Amino acid sequence: MEMVKLTIDGKAVEVEKNTTILMAARTAGIEIPTLCYFQLKDMEIENRPGGCRICVVEVSGRRNLAPACTTTVTPGMVVNTHSIRVLNARRTVLELILSDHPAECLTCAKSGNCELQDMAQKLGVREIPFQGAQSTYRKDTSPAIIRDVDKCIMCRRCEMMCNEVQTVGALSAVNRGFMAVVAPAFEMNLEKSPCTYCGQCVSVCPTGALTEVDHSRNVINALADPTKTVVVQTAPAVRAALGEEFGLAPGTLVTGKMVAALRRLGFNYVFDTDFAADLTIMEEGSELLDRLTRHLNGDKNVKLPILTSCCPGWVNFFEHNFPEMLDIPSTAKSPQQMFGPIAKEYFGKKLGIDRRNLIVVSIMPCLAKKYECQREEFKVNGDPDVNYSISTRELAHLIKQANIDFASLPEEDFDNPLGESTGAGVIFGNTGGVIEAACRTAYELYTGKKLEKVEFNELRGMENIRHATIDFNGLPINIGIAHGLGNARKLLEDIQAGKSHFHAIEIMACPGGCIGGGGQPYHHGDSSILKARAAAIYREDAGKPIRKSHENPFIIELYKEFLEKPLGEKSHHLLHTHYFDKSAGVFVEE
Amino acid sequence: MTQIKYHMLVCGGTGCHASQSDQILKVFQEQIIAHGLDTEVQVIKTGCFGFCEKGPIVKMMPDNTFYTQVTPADCSEILEEHIIKGRRVNRLLYENPETGEKVSDSKHMGFYKKQIRIALRNCGFINPENIDEYIARDGYMALGKVLTELTPEATIEIIKKSGLRGRGGGGFPTGLKWEITRAVKADQKYVVCNADEGDPGAFMDRSVLEGDPHTVLEAMAINGYCTGADKGLIYIRAEYPLAVERLKIAMKQAQEYGLLGKNILGTDFSFDIDIRYGAGAFVCGEETALIHSMEGLRGEPTVKPPFPSESGYMGKPSNVNNVETYANIPVILNKGAAWFAAIGTEKSKGTKVFALAGKINNVGLIEVPMGITLREVIYEIGGGIKGGKKFKSVQTGGPSGGCLTERHLDTPIDYDNLLAAGSMMGSGGMIVMDEDDCAVGMAKFYLDFTVEESCGKCSPCRIGNKRLYEILEKITQGNGTIEDLDKLRNLSHVIKDTSLCGLGQTSPNPVLSTLDNFYDEYLEHVTSKKCRAGNCKSLMQYMIISENCIGCTLCARNCPVNAITGERKQPHLIDQDKCIKCGACMEKCKFNAIFIN
Repeated sequence: MEMVKLTIDGKAVEVEKNTTILMAARTAGIEIPTLCYFQLKDMEIENRPGGCRICVVEVSGRRNLAPACTTTVTPGMVVNTHSIRVLNARRTVLELILSDHPAECLTCAKSGNCELQDMAQKLGVREIPFQGAQSTYRKDTSPAIIRDVDKCIMCRRCEMMCNEVQTVGALSAVNRGFMAVVAPAFEMNLEKSPCTYCGQCVSVCPTGALTEVDHSRNVINALADPTKTVVVQTAPAVRAALGEEFGLAPGTLVTGKMVAALRRLGFNYVFDTDFAADLTIMEEGSELLDRLTRHLNGDKNVKLPILTSCCPGWVNFFEHNFPEMLDIPSTAKSPQQMFGPIAKEYFGKKLGIDRRNLIVVSIMPCLAKKYECQREEFKVNGDPDVNYSISTRELAHLIKQANIDFASLPEEDFDNPLGESTGAGVIFGNTGGVIEAACRTAYELYTGKKLEKVEFNELRGMENIRHATIDFNGLPINIGIAHGLGNARKLLEDIQAGKSHFHAIEIMACPGGCIGGGGQPYHHGDSSILKARAAAIYREDAGKPIRKSHENPFIIELYKEFLEKPLGEKSHHLLHTHYFDKSAGVFVEE
Repeated sequence: MTQIKYHMLVCGGTGCHASQSDQILKVFQEQIIAHGLDTEVQVIKTGCFGFCEKGPIVKMMPDNTFYTQVTPADCSEILEEHIIKGRRVNRLLYENPETGEKVSDSKHMGFYKKQIRIALRNCGFINPENIDEYIARDGYMALGKVLTELTPEATIEIIKKSGLRGRGGGGFPTGLKWEITRAVKADQKYVVCNADEGDPGAFMDRSVLEGDPHTVLEAMAINGYCTGADKGLIYIRAEYPLAVERLKIAMKQAQEYGLLGKNILGTDFSFDIDIRYGAGAFVCGEETALIHSMEGLRGEPTVKPPFPSESGYMGKPSNVNNVETYANIPVILNKGAAWFAAIGTEKSKGTKVFALAGKINNVGLIEVPMGITLREVIYEIGGGIKGGKKFKSVQTGGPSGGCLTERHLDTPIDYDNLLAAGSMMGSGGMIVMDEDDCAVGMAKFYLDFTVEESCGKCSPCRIGNKRLYEILEKITQGNGTIEDLDKLRNLSHVIKDTSLCGLGQTSPNPVLSTLDNFYDEYLEHVTSKKCRAGNCKSLMQYMIISENCIGCTLCARNCPVNAITGERKQPHLIDQDKCIKCGACMEKCKFNAIFIN
């Protein structure tokens, strides 16, 4: 590799050719402040439009200041990252950005997590010397995401996520000059756009321009209502990230404390979405085996590969973009939506509670879940199977509001029967986890043999698209995995072109899977946080006494007592769904 | 066989076109037939003559008579007098403003005397819609020569030696750019013509495309041969319908003649050209923004490097040159590098086309040798300031150029001198201002344009220019402070220092140059709340001279906001808080009792 020698702030630095000044400075321990720049290292996600101009540095011999994030080093380059000229320019640019930003920090959802606020602190801005017009826009509220783009600083991170990573294309820059802003086409509402509510735009937004729709107030009201029995389900990825909101190191598992906190918040029953994940495996795994067997028996009508359907962002994506392939994904509902009817129609009925008086709350790492639980097909006479879905971040706020000292909470267990889960249910939180869990069960059901080694390491990792062949006792099963919707698109296009050789594909909308979901604590571009969460999920799995979904005693009991059998009539009615063509109707005015 | 004795060249440039030159053309044609002269007289619609102030222009060949401000009603007289009786129509000739003498040949007019027309050589001379006329003027000779006699390297060497620099504004050496594009290895390369002329009031490129479209096509093909591209793209603003139409005609004719398309002139070289339309964004004149616009993306610039020569349209190496740059190429190759390099200054060779506008007698399009002084341009070619007013400033380089003053008048015009003086060459806008123009107002006017045209990608340009404009507005409204002047200067420097593309890097120039050259005026605005040019309405006060006022009440009755009060036959008073400075009172007063303070 060709190396380049240069000097940064008087330090001799040697870096690989084509390195940017920003990265070269980092190797020398010099952190140049950035705002629009964003990177998830090792995940091929980078935003460097060179637009904010906060990272400008002085390069000897150059006429103007250079943006460190987009300027590559040259041999002998002499860089000064903190000359008077640089400090004055950097500060003035920040003052300009602040001069067109609402000073609403006190009530902003992003306060305390805002990178613009941090930058103002870092550069010591105490007043804004420029007064003038503000660029203001209509506030846009969708089922999952609020766009308050008065707070947009045109960093374009959301646009990069939405277009380059997710290939959704709901957001792009519109208008010119002072009124330029990121918005759906024609500045229509997000709801009218092909938005999948994956929430990755929210994950990367440095300010409060993009935030989740907060349902925590509804949850408080439900808890305060004596006529309601409130049950809560917690998604696998929440326990691996919630601790970050309370100052714990990324990757700290807080399952027991989370359960304790939920009890103290007043939930009548603290259940686990992991239980529903085990149930999903029973249904989805059986569907896979059913399609596979029919395929092997020469049935030409059977569609393979089967695609997982746990991820609501992904479901929205294929409904918008691949309407001709609606019969390929599994018909199994997501764990959140399997939990709802089981809670209301099985558990609630057992206790003699009318479904309208049983409120189901879900804690999700995800924003698309907010939309999913509002879908009409997941309601019975207007009563949703899952009443409210709140994110990991919203739960943290609830806990803080209730004066609960999270760190000193004891570790408590979930309630039964819907709180018992296996390691297979936990790993749903990671990319590759659903298909690994499915393999654990499908292998045993198909071969009738005991699976000796439950870890399928070939299905794990962070590569964008992975594939592996699993030996089902002589029958090779080809598995594909994609996380990030752009990667999913590639696999789908292969299927369209007849080039796919997979039997089953797992797709998660968010990079890393649910651990990197749009509702998780903000990672601010630190990919090591995502990796630590993923490791925690696998640790939780390894520590579970039961690690295969079909061995979950409460799942076995549920089938015996209520559902009868996977893909049976009750299952079909309660646990399976169908999909809609949403390719038309986008951008049509009401 | 017919023997054409007279050619009547009617200007078909956009300016004259707007003044009914099409109608003139039609009337001439009808009357020629009516007089049975159609075998002897031919009417030709040409491109722009440049002297737009005196348009529509009709030029008679071979005797070079130059008729000005012709109307359709003048046609029969020209035909009957000039053609049939052989007598010039004196009243339509140009009059020397100093001597009052009638001038019939444009060569002897102040406007043309100091011009050298290379890029505009065929404008106003040939019919742009007839390829034969272009060929008759050595058109496509250069293409033939390079394809059959010269290697790409040798051709590039000639361009390098000529010293030609980019006429779009940057002034990058053209030959070097070609060489860089040639050196990049790629399976596909593109030749791009930047015809996204966006400076307000500038029409250099439009005139070349309307008056001599083939020269651009020929140069692009030559560039394709030199750089290894077989595809050319012309990015032109959709607001130039006439230029687009003539380009299309020219492309079709060139294809029919085998001068574009497969195996040009029987060689292995093939070259095609397509047109791409711009939607009128100023920033799309910046080459990376232009390329993104052509790709169907948002028209906004990206950081360079990579330069388009390495990674341009669709990620392929693309040579982007401006219309005027291309227009020079065939002549350089025909007449040689030494001929071209002999014109101009040490570092700026050849000529430059300027669109001369503003408070000047001869508004129009001019082509002058590099090194000519602003004084020669303004006073000799431009004929001085309109209405005998005093010259104040000339703004070169389009909206983001600087305002130069009296002390710069004798500076030879070239890339480096203009830059050193705080302005720039730009693509060739030149706007003259007189004593009635306020320095702060000038800066505000140009900022208004750049604020409107910023793409919004980088913060200093998106927000900084807006703030600059707001501070200027505050000053012109009489609310400015001394601190605002410091703020203006610092902000201007930061915007220039930190903006992503050329637009933001130059947009504060009008502010800085007026601050440098007219600081007194800024001071007057903020300290004594005075605008010496009388431009800033908020700083004007209509006052009544009580000695002159007889109390006729006429002013009070005409004031639309009832700002004037007073008893009948008593001197009246204007309430300055209510006054909207419409001037109605002053207009109505019969006793000179109202004046502007």
